[in-house]
Amino acid sequence: MDNDKYQEDLSEIRAMMARSSRFLSLSGLAGVLAGLYALAGAAVAHFQITAFNQSQGFDSASENPGITDDTMVVRLLAIALVVLLLAVTTAIWLSYRKARKNGEKLWTDSSRRLVGNFLIPLATGGLFCLALLQYGYIALIVPATLIFYGLSCLNASKYTLGDIRSLGLAQIALGLIATQFAGYGLLLWAIGFGAFHILYGGMMYFKYDK
Amino acid sequence: MGLIDGINKSFDHRIRLGIMSVLMVNDHMDFTGLRDLLEVTDGNLASHLKALEKEAYIAVEKRFLNRKPNTRYTATESGKKAFKNHINALERLLGD
Repeated sequence: MDNDKYQEDLSEIRAMMARSSRFLSLSGLAGVLAGLYALAGAAVAHFQITAFNQSQGFDSASENPGITDDTMVVRLLAIALVVLLLAVTTAIWLSYRKARKNGEKLWTDSSRRLVGNFLIPLATGGLFCLALLQYGYIALIVPATLIFYGLSCLNASKYTLGDIRSLGLAQIALGLIATQFAGYGLLLWAIGFGAFHILYGGMMYFKYDK
Repeated sequence: MGLIDGINKSFDHRIRLGIMSVLMVNDHMDFTGLRDLLEVTDGNLASHLKALEKEAYIAVEKRFLNRKPNTRYTATESGKKAFKNHINALERLLGD
């Protein structure tokens, strides 16, 4: 019978629907590397904070949730910015390579939609965190970054590989938990942006890139 | 109901299947977008688009983008319905 042809038709329909509406060349490896950068950044920040606490005469090794010293805040922001830049550059570069291998373009309608839908909640979160910093609600900055990043992933998941959705949900859950653990911000950051990225990036890598 | 009911001859081609699939999940897509996705020649794509247009399954909108002509396509309501029926028929055929 024509069963093989019908089966082929159906898979063709599914593949074309996915390919035309979602950006499928997102690199899992980029997620793993972003996680590693985040862990490295968290380690550097931890040593900076420990050194700062010692210089101020605090004996506790855990960080002080209410650091308000300006040079320290700037230094921590700089570390975060470097990590972010490295992660974004790596993601663009590796996705470009993957798209080229698949014979696709990097900058298409679907990737534009993906970036737009990812950036709107993310930029909102970024500005919101600056406002938290402005009013000195330092303890809420870590939860807010995790929650807004999770919402960005959730929103973007409709336009790329569906796995991003569970990454987003995990970040949101962690962010809500983080609201109750003000003194452990750096650790929670390392879990969210480090461990979760390595975990989900690795899963995506073995699922799609291998 | 016969087994073949719902199989639509208008969709009995890889390129037409592709065009309809793309237009089911995207509000609209222009000619070059379709061509790049389906990896077909201009002439080939144009003839299949014409056939679907004749059935009123897709609508054509010609406009100017930065002074360059741009043609974009949308699936009509009847086109979406017909294509859904076609997919259902395919699934039914393979179901048993």
